[in-house]
Amino acid sequence: MEKTFNNKAWFMVLPVVLLVAFSAVLPLMTVVNYSVQDTFGNNQFFWAGLQWFEEVLTSERLHDALIRQFIFSGVILAIQIPLGIAVSLCIPKRGVWSSFCLVLMALPLLIPWNVVGTIWQIFGRVDIGLLGATMAALGIDYNYTQNAAHAWITIVVMDVWHWTSLVALLCFAGLQSIPDAYYQAAKIDGASRWKIFRYIELPKMNRVLLIAVLLRFMDSFMIYTEPFVVTGGGPGNSTTLLSIDLVKMALGQFDLGPAAAFSIIYFLIILLLSWVFYTVMTNYGKGEGR
Amino acid sequence: MAKITLSNLAHAYRPNPQSRSDFALKQMDHVWDDGGAYALLGPSGCGKTTLLNIISGLLIPSQGKVLFGEVDVTRLPTEQRNIAQVFQFPVVYDTMTVYDNLAFPLRNRGTEAHLVDARVRDIARMLGMTDVLGKKAQGLTADAKQKISLGRGMVREDVSAILFDEPLTVIDPHMKWELRTQLKALHREFGHTMIYVTHDQTEALTFADKVVVMYDGEVVQMGTPADLFERPAHTFVGYFIGSPGMNVLPAKVDGSVAYLEGCQIPLARHYSGLEAAKTVEIGCRPEFLTLTDGPDGLPVQVRRVEDVGRLKIVRADFFGREVNIIAPEGASIGDRLNRVVFDPSRINVYADSWIVEGKAA
Repeated sequence: MEKTFNNKAWFMVLPVVLLVAFSAVLPLMTVVNYSVQDTFGNNQFFWAGLQWFEEVLTSERLHDALIRQFIFSGVILAIQIPLGIAVSLCIPKRGVWSSFCLVLMALPLLIPWNVVGTIWQIFGRVDIGLLGATMAALGIDYNYTQNAAHAWITIVVMDVWHWTSLVALLCFAGLQSIPDAYYQAAKIDGASRWKIFRYIELPKMNRVLLIAVLLRFMDSFMIYTEPFVVTGGGPGNSTTLLSIDLVKMALGQFDLGPAAAFSIIYFLIILLLSWVFYTVMTNYGKGEGR
Repeated sequence: MAKITLSNLAHAYRPNPQSRSDFALKQMDHVWDDGGAYALLGPSGCGKTTLLNIISGLLIPSQGKVLFGEVDVTRLPTEQRNIAQVFQFPVVYDTMTVYDNLAFPLRNRGTEAHLVDARVRDIARMLGMTDVLGKKAQGLTADAKQKISLGRGMVREDVSAILFDEPLTVIDPHMKWELRTQLKALHREFGHTMIYVTHDQTEALTFADKVVVMYDGEVVQMGTPADLFERPAHTFVGYFIGSPGMNVLPAKVDGSVAYLEGCQIPLARHYSGLEAAKTVEIGCRPEFLTLTDGPDGLPVQVRRVEDVGRLKIVRADFFGREVNIIAPEGASIGDRLNRVVFDPSRINVYADSWIVEGKAA
């Protein structure tokens, strides 16, 4: 096929290039810049090579934070995806109750992160919080500020409360797009409820589930505000997730070099895992069977 | 397999239907033979899908009964009716292979594996899909997916009936013909009762032994393609079947003569008692009209000639009404041809849109 060459077209792309350069590339390059230099103040920088990367990659503290982060994201996905699907299957398909459910479910999504954190921070307090006080009254020794397991349960439940709706709404949209003929055909073919879910609903939700998994993975992997407001990373370091640790390192200790190296590694991990999810889910169900 | 009896059947979508116009499906009594190939033909909104859904069990009729054989199935849910249905758009299970798709209805009913295998291979051979059995259904073309749908409808040998809801809508024209031929072949081979809904007369006439023409919630005629062509029971059938449709002209009929705009047309049969009817019309297919240069026949003015290859369609004007005439391929339509002659034996007389059987003259 003949292609028309017109180099003026590059000017059309220029605004986007500039925009992306200023919003993404330049800040990222600053981070790269910090990650390979050292400073002793006075804005004097010295070349440090890959020293910070080596330090970060071998640091036990960061290994622990990374493991905690993987556990957190894993637990979040393992709970929110199936729960979201289950909830979406229970929403009425049409009518007033359908709209009512959708509005109700959208509410947690509208609340700002730090407000969610504050709500649960107070909710769980043993002295004045509804949850904490109720647990105490029931004789259950619940205290998220002193018990690591309780702290974990609290932030996981909080995240499930905050974000399961998103998965449910996405899945509901996926379910709504399935034509009635599929359900009628399944009836005629004598399919059980499970088979309808397994062979019609789940495959048709594949695309929206991909989006849900990616969003929930990235978001939970980068989570900062809510656990920080509730537990501040404690007790001890038990809920210090990657971003909390990063902020501590960059702003608390002002270790710019290691923090920058850490950021880059963090970014690459998210990029890599998102790519893996995307590839696996888009290729699922394709190609030759048997 | 079973014959299907529609007894006193009617359906209204609104509760408490009062007048006749409230019914989407007007009262009907029909028996459809076991093993017959029926086509439900009619324009959009005539109630053919409503009727199909009642037979398949997706709708419960407001009144009347549906019987498969001697069993009343009116209130049985779809899955207990033992029917198969093919929908307008392909319904396939994307993540399954073609083989598993075809095997699905059998496996769900606990058929033994070796029987499933034999049957699936049989159907695949009939559909020409043997070489794609191992492929996932997802990547196939719309044609192939619809073939899978047809195959899934066909795969169970013991079904009472197979229903087709405009199954060839999404198929390319050349494939339509092929699939229709395959359907016909499958019908001959397995002898299922088949009900085929369509608004395409060619599909209906080529597929079915008996065509059921529906109009405004009513079955206006049920007959062989030849019946529908030669003796349309209702003027609607005349219009709807044939291309172009039947010429229907208001007339006064007395004995064996029809009077139109002061002209006389002789009729082959004798008619009486038409005074009570509000409208009386005569109908004659364009195939049975001939253009001449007089002196017999009705005066017409030729407006337009459409050459469609093996014949010519002449659009003529008769006192402000359009009359269509079909002329043979080689005919030259000159200015001198200004009269049209009707073949008396091919004229039907309609009172209030319904055909009137005259007495032999």
